[in-house]
Amino acid sequence: MARRYLPVAAFAGLIVAIQLATLFTGTAYHLTQLTMTAYYSLIIVGLCMLIGYAGQISLGHAGFFAIGGYVAAFLTTWNLKPHPGAFVSLLGKSGALVARPDAYGVSLLTVHPWLACAAAILLTVVIAYLVGGPVLKLKGHYLAMATLGFGIIVYRMVLGTEFLGAADGISDVPGFPLLSGMVITGNSSARVSNYYLAWGLVVLGMVLLLNLVHSRVGRALAAVHGAEDAAGAMGIPTARYKLNTFVLSAVFASLAGVLLTHYNGGIGPSEAGVMKSVRYVAIVAIGGMANLWGALSMSLVLNYLSLRGYFGTYDDAVFGVILILIMLFAPDGLLRRHLLSDLKRAVSRNPAEEEAP
Amino acid sequence: MTLLSVRGVSKRFGGLQAVNDLSFDVARGSIKALIGPNGAGKTTLFDLISGFLRPDRGEIFFEEAEIHAMSSCQVAVRGMVRTFQHIRLFPKMSVLENIMVGRHVHSNAGFLAGMLNLPFTWGEERRIREKSFEIMESLGIAAHARTEAVSLAYGQQRVVEIGRALACEPKLLLLDEPAAGLNMRETNEMGRLILRIRDTGVTVLLVEHDMSLVMKISDEVVVLSYGQKIAEDRPLAIQKNREVIRVYLGDDQ
Repeated sequence: MARRYLPVAAFAGLIVAIQLATLFTGTAYHLTQLTMTAYYSLIIVGLCMLIGYAGQISLGHAGFFAIGGYVAAFLTTWNLKPHPGAFVSLLGKSGALVARPDAYGVSLLTVHPWLACAAAILLTVVIAYLVGGPVLKLKGHYLAMATLGFGIIVYRMVLGTEFLGAADGISDVPGFPLLSGMVITGNSSARVSNYYLAWGLVVLGMVLLLNLVHSRVGRALAAVHGAEDAAGAMGIPTARYKLNTFVLSAVFASLAGVLLTHYNGGIGPSEAGVMKSVRYVAIVAIGGMANLWGALSMSLVLNYLSLRGYFGTYDDAVFGVILILIMLFAPDGLLRRHLLSDLKRAVSRNPAEEEAP
Repeated sequence: MTLLSVRGVSKRFGGLQAVNDLSFDVARGSIKALIGPNGAGKTTLFDLISGFLRPDRGEIFFEEAEIHAMSSCQVAVRGMVRTFQHIRLFPKMSVLENIMVGRHVHSNAGFLAGMLNLPFTWGEERRIREKSFEIMESLGIAAHARTEAVSLAYGQQRVVEIGRALACEPKLLLLDEPAAGLNMRETNEMGRLILRIRDTGVTVLLVEHDMSLVMKISDEVVVLSYGQKIAEDRPLAIQKNREVIRVYLGDDQ
């Protein structure tokens, strides 16, 4: 138990330390990118569960991120004032709508962010089940291609849909009032609280996934990953477990999409792009595939560097190259779980033994 | 007291009639062996019974329930668990974890309970662990509990695989060539282990090439040739059966 949660506490300490460091060096503006990094990390840890533990690849998770982000953005910016009707008034009476002025002072009536978030997650679950059901019957390259296809479909749809802002995306998305006095928003006055909120969610997500990995289901997933037919013969419903993990990781991506959209105040079609999906897979791969902590630490470093613009115009290329190098030289991932013991074995191995046939 | 009943089962792969109109019963509490020359359809029959393949024709009943349309998972949940000719242990998992997977059908914690680490799962995990150690001790592999299962010697891997199957507490245990790759001493131990398993009330159906093992432990033997049953009898009678001798030794003998 302690072995499971000790790293969580250490990680929480690191998050606090980073904030304190920016406080004392007067570089609090870094917290904005670090907050965005936190939301991207939510996708990464969910995807790590799917790829590393359930053994299923997805090159379409930017699609789920976009579904979450776009549903939240659309519902919280769509003015219902010009569309009075029984349904709208019913929603209004039940407190599901909020009236607020837009940037020009025009009064708007829009769906409450909580309801929009719930709708986004619900839609994601439905789509993930519908897509995952048939697609997860495929293996290896075919599964990669099929999920890639899903990602491309989402990208072309948000790019070609007028009411989703086409190439411009949706902007002027309001903040997300989470608790009283706690709003997910990009305002610099709320920078510190949003930083802690975002990373708090990542920590919570990590605890949930670590629990899952160490549970009966996690053991069953490892069995499915290791020898699927044998797992089935032990009474594990392999197809259902893979599908549930796919949906779970889609929900992580979608929730990240909802929250980051509120934080950024908008979303554009590039968030649904295929290169985003490739980037997520690359980070999981370099993090060690079946290593939630490796994926999270790589996500923290690489997303932060990318968001701060260190990779310049080579941003996408960097992640493509990372993926190629990992696949060529360390297909089990760089920070894989048994790395230390493997290294020890390699160092302590008797060279004479190696030459023996 | 029939536990498993195979009735007129056929399976064709393209031009090959792998199993042809085959019928036999397995009595509760017995050890039954399927033998036959290579290509006789033994493994196909095993796959049909354990839900890995669907028969083209015929029916299979387990405890009077039709199971020939079920998946291997559904069959396992009903109490019929198999091992594999080529050992299929879970890699990167310890012996203990491999056996714990066998307790899957006897535990309940799902995705939500697992993620939230709900208190009821703690006791469940503890019971899974205790039961797994109990099984490992009875098989003499408890000392290897923390060892990666696939790093064990071949004979021990077979024992782990059987332990994993026993963790499911099956009513019927299907063993696909349990003595394959074992030396004589290990084969004898395997024979004694199978008898011990039967004595705990588990019915055993096995496919095996090692005739001395089959003749020593089986209550009844079914002989297959080209997908058809050519004999079904007690071991002693099988050894004297002319048709069986002809199939195994050739026409000229």
